Amino acid sequence: MTPTTHVSPRPMDRRDAIKWMLTAAASVSVLEASASAQGVASSPVLNSKGYGTDPDLVKLYKPGDVWPLTMTPAQTQTAAALCDVIIPADAKGPSASAVQVPAFIDEWISAPYPGHDNDRKIMLDGLTWIDAESQKRFGADFVNLVTRQKNAICDDICYAPNAKPEFRPAAQFFRRFRDLTSGGYYTTPEGMKDIGYVGNVAIETFEGPPREVLEKLGLV
Amino acid sequence: MPLITSSKTQPSYDVIVVGSGAAGGQTAYTCVMEGAKVLMLEAGRNYDPVTETPMFQNNSQAPLRGSSTVDKPFGFHDSTIDGGWQVPGEPYTSASKDPAREFWWWRARMLGGRTNHWGRISLRNGQYDFKPRSRDGLGLDWPLDYADVAPYYDKVEMLIGVYGDNNNLENTPDSPEGCLQPPPAMRAGEQLARARARKLGLPVIPIHRAVLSRKQDHEVLPKKIHPNNPRAQRLLADAMKARQACFWATPCGRGCSIKANYQSTTVHLPPALASGNLDLVTNAMTREVTMDAAGKATGVVYIDKTTGEEHTVKAKVVVLAASSAESVRIMLNSKSARYPNGIANSSGLVGKYIMDTVGASLGGQIPALENLPLHNEDGAGGAHVYVPWWLYKEQQAGKLGFARGYHIEFGSGRQMPNMGVAAGLDSYTNGSYGRKFKEDARRYYGTFMGFAGRGEMIPNDDSFCDLDPVVKDKWGIPVLRFHWKWSEHETRQAAHMQKTFAEVIEAMGGKVRAQPQTDGAKAIEPGGKIIHEVGGTIMGADTKKSVTNQWCQTWDVKNLFVTDGGPFCSNADKNPTLTIMALAWRASDYLLQELKKGNL
Repeated sequence: MTPTTHVSPRPMDRRDAIKWMLTAAASVSVLEASASAQGVASSPVLNSKGYGTDPDLVKLYKPGDVWPLTMTPAQTQTAAALCDVIIPADAKGPSASAVQVPAFIDEWISAPYPGHDNDRKIMLDGLTWIDAESQKRFGADFVNLVTRQKNAICDDICYAPNAKPEFRPAAQFFRRFRDLTSGGYYTTPEGMKDIGYVGNVAIETFEGPPREVLEKLGLV
Repeated sequence: MPLITSSKTQPSYDVIVVGSGAAGGQTAYTCVMEGAKVLMLEAGRNYDPVTETPMFQNNSQAPLRGSSTVDKPFGFHDSTIDGGWQVPGEPYTSASKDPAREFWWWRARMLGGRTNHWGRISLRNGQYDFKPRSRDGLGLDWPLDYADVAPYYDKVEMLIGVYGDNNNLENTPDSPEGCLQPPPAMRAGEQLARARARKLGLPVIPIHRAVLSRKQDHEVLPKKIHPNNPRAQRLLADAMKARQACFWATPCGRGCSIKANYQSTTVHLPPALASGNLDLVTNAMTREVTMDAAGKATGVVYIDKTTGEEHTVKAKVVVLAASSAESVRIMLNSKSARYPNGIANSSGLVGKYIMDTVGASLGGQIPALENLPLHNEDGAGGAHVYVPWWLYKEQQAGKLGFARGYHIEFGSGRQMPNMGVAAGLDSYTNGSYGRKFKEDARRYYGTFMGFAGRGEMIPNDDSFCDLDPVVKDKWGIPVLRFHWKWSEHETRQAAHMQKTFAEVIEAMGGKVRAQPQTDGAKAIEPGGKIIHEVGGTIMGADTKKSVTNQWCQTWDVKNLFVTDGGPFCSNADKNPTLTIMALAWRASDYLLQELKKGNL
């Protein structure tokens, strides 16, 4: 068997992962070029090991349990600020940083698996870029900007197809950062509740959708 | 008799079974219930779904939110141990560097094998599926009919528990009363697909899956399954009592600690071990079948992976049930003066005619499913419906340009969020972030549907495996080398799938997520990717044109059987596991009769 039917906007099966890695590899060179022009050091090489082919599946894990986290406090702070621009608290759920999404992003980019090294470059260079851009425009690091200032930068990079040429590498970074942030957030109990997932509970019988759902679909 | 170490094996057994998955589990079960003494060898470690299954764990409790890695290609919580497309220290090779001619081989090294994580889709082959050559002149007929296998389908369905219903559709067999469990209610997206696909002439009907939608009737079923065998009835009744009905949570791919779905480790092995007739050695990597001067099999040699030592075990009958390709490997590695090209290979066909399933997929976004009232759509941890092949008449009239059919599986619903749940939404939202993004995530959640075709491949001369002349695994055993080629029957079918999926998505008022691929060679998944590999030791009526007879007994060596997917003569669109079990049961009945008669 193979899982046949992904129901996500962008399923990350192996084939997609490979495609994404190729795209990312292509995009990172652009971002790197802009980053290195600003004198940013490239990311360190990771030597940690993965969880292997026979991990304990019942255990509950948190970021840092299997391989060490590697982001600096400053990088974590910037990541947290950007996470919360993407997923702020509202009536239905907390902000991304309130449920430790920055630690998850750290886990993701510190992972010793193929593809994650590319994400590492994109994320760390992107975080450096966003601070540099914040300094350039407003004379302060991203974390210290007010909402209006943060949004001014994010508006320029939130949608790659509309981004001006000078912002395209940063828009690639933002796209990937938003995907990691949303994946990190909506997989937590708070995030699952926020998005409207009400499963993962044992029930006696499975009755199918309630009548109001079928009515809305015109199936009654 | 139980799980034992190599030093505790008996001097001789009635039957050695190599492998503990669907084929090995069924073969051993049938034999021990009739009193035969069986030794089962499993190349992986012992595995207990009751204590090792992550029930209810959410993705935030797994490394990387449970997403796939090279260590766990189907995700962290997938019930695969030491396996995947690559097994550490146990490589395989490809004869060609062309990706279109590579074969992907999924293995698991654990008790129960791939039955722990499989999709549980349990479709019967129909009567056409056993006689494809008679119908269209292509491929190979089986040396048996649907009627020969039907009683075994009945028994397997009752034993393992399969939900579904009867729809009286062409070449899509109904089950007799009392075989199937009630199908679960359809999810919202499944009902919408049924209503809209009907207009295109596609029947959306309950799928058959090996999941208990209610507790098995332990008073009735064991008597039907084992008439005239009170001891087997009692053992099976106890095993059925220990299984719970599905509680409609936790994806089946993780396995099931309450034994609500079929895996060899929760269904076949507990009663088999309770019989006292089964010895089981895990971490036992079988290398070859041993033979005597008269050309009969005497047992097998295996490597104990915990010590690296070689062991020889003996039995009156050897059954290979190691998965079709692994059994081929063992046979080709069983060389002697009498069988220089491998045991039971006088036809030269061991390794030939390997098949996988044709696969292609396309996703769509369905606006009608946006912002639905919150409700629980976990269901039975897999699909509740599917579309069986529906174009028999058009195909026979020559209108399609390819010879065999496919069924459609699809996924929908408000499933437990994973890393992909809101990834890539920017193409729908113009890159929203902040509160707007959160609203968008709620709006689009559960609106994406994925359609996947699963179609029949016709066996061909270019798709086979042999031994790599150079490469050996870490145990020093020569490895398989795969040769692969799709024909136009498969690639055109894959293109047809794409067209159909786009039509269904549009009929649902949705939009495709990528342009449907019109080039079938680009649409089709790589060989092996669907993990339905069968063939390699095909059965037949002619000793020169097949490896086994209709009883999975090799022509050359009477006391050597192959009960996995190897003897398949064709690979219908129906997922192979149910048929593997039915044929293994049938072969085991024959084996036991022959053993009793002294013919083995």
